[in-house]
Amino acid sequence: MGDPAPLWSVLVIPVLLGVFAYGAAAGSATLRAHAAGTPRASGIAAPARSAARLLVQRRRVVLGTDALLLRLGGTLVPVAAALSALVIPLGGFVVSDLSVGVVWFNAMEVVIWAAVWMLGWGANSVWGLIGGYRFLVQGVAYELPHMFALITAALGAGSLRVTDIAAAQQGLWFAVLMPVAFVAYLVSALAMAFWGPFDQPVGRDLAGGALAELSGVDRLVVGAGRYVLLSVVAAMAVPLFLGGGAGLLLPAWAWSLVKTAAVLALLVWLGHRLPTVRMERFTEIGWVVLIPATLLQALLVAIFVLLG
Amino acid sequence: MAELVVFAICAASAVASGIAVFVVDSMARATFALLASFVFTAVPILLLGLSYLGVLVVLMMVMEMMIMVIFMVMYMMNPAGLMPMTMVHNKAGALAISVGTFVALAAGVLLVPWPTSTAAPPADPTLALGEAIMGEKMLVMMLVGMVLFATMVASIVLATHRGRYARYGDDLRRKHPDDPIRGGVGR
Repeated sequence: MGDPAPLWSVLVIPVLLGVFAYGAAAGSATLRAHAAGTPRASGIAAPARSAARLLVQRRRVVLGTDALLLRLGGTLVPVAAALSALVIPLGGFVVSDLSVGVVWFNAMEVVIWAAVWMLGWGANSVWGLIGGYRFLVQGVAYELPHMFALITAALGAGSLRVTDIAAAQQGLWFAVLMPVAFVAYLVSALAMAFWGPFDQPVGRDLAGGALAELSGVDRLVVGAGRYVLLSVVAAMAVPLFLGGGAGLLLPAWAWSLVKTAAVLALLVWLGHRLPTVRMERFTEIGWVVLIPATLLQALLVAIFVLLG
Repeated sequence: MAELVVFAICAASAVASGIAVFVVDSMARATFALLASFVFTAVPILLLGLSYLGVLVVLMMVMEMMIMVIFMVMYMMNPAGLMPMTMVHNKAGALAISVGTFVALAAGVLLVPWPTSTAAPPADPTLALGEAIMGEKMLVMMLVGMVLFATMVASIVLATHRGRYARYGDDLRRKHPDDPIRGGVGR
């Protein structure tokens, strides 16, 4: 499974991620319009409108900004998200079928830690600084359960190659076989994209936190990158837990897209539905509940694999 | 040829960003210069075909540097790294030690008669490297890892100023711990 892809296929990734990210942003704007009681249809064009506004907005700069780190952090958000998408298969098609695909995905995601902290610190603003440190605290809370969830899926397939993991679910989806790992993955996916209920690093109580001082095209890049990140973690849930391209009638690549859209819609909806969780509370949940739960899940899957 | 070019660029960049750690006056920039140096050294590992180790170096170094940033807030005399601050305390000594170490290692690379092999590289170089370094000492290494982890947990437990008596009372009879910030599982 997974033919070696031609070089032009790299271009497919930004296009697809752009479509998904726009869809997530439009869905989020629609939910916000619904909550505010304004016409829901306005949400569909809302991301395009705010993107156009940010493109012509003049950049606002705080005195003493570390411009290098600020710009680097802002660029790294979409770049790291797109790089982690290289190993995600679309049915049988995958841009880079690395033998250590799961580790690559994880390594690129962790770059988000550095990116958000750089954004917060580089802005030379107290809101940004606190937001950046909040994200690190949240990262310490979600990263170990996230890694255990990834490892459990790899353990179930006996391979770190993402296409092997998808192929190992022909009989039974890993979401059914290892539900705790799947839930831990979804929770950590929300936390990683600092999407609600884990949006304290960019919370309103901090006037936007790590993103407080961003304006103009900087804010556009980071805001779009956040939706790209959300799309990537949703897309990765499909080969890891939802059987990859397996499904009736439709071709494999179409099933991958449909499942990705479904997971992404769930994540966006959860972010709007659930109240914000403070990161110090989430830290205790992460270490006292999620880590033991995912470890037990890994143990059960290991026994299941050994028994055949 | 392409491999040689990539190696040369990464090697030079790793040294340059290593030097940048001691040149910049901001702890944040020094942190990320050090991180860049580690990431550049991960690329030659990838060139050797050790893909797992190479990607793992990137993963661990990014996390490690960001954890170091948290410790920077806790322990440095320079809260949150906000003030300009050099990373070197004894400039002449530090420079002598780092240049000396670099020269010794570089000389070793050039002067040691490395064995040559005509055999094809193994199918799984990561496995072969692990066997060569660890071999039958794997169990010992894993136990050492556990002991190190236990030491870290124990030292944090000993260092924290609020122990279980502060939280649960002198006779440990309090139902709910008296914490300044309540945790997430309703305690």
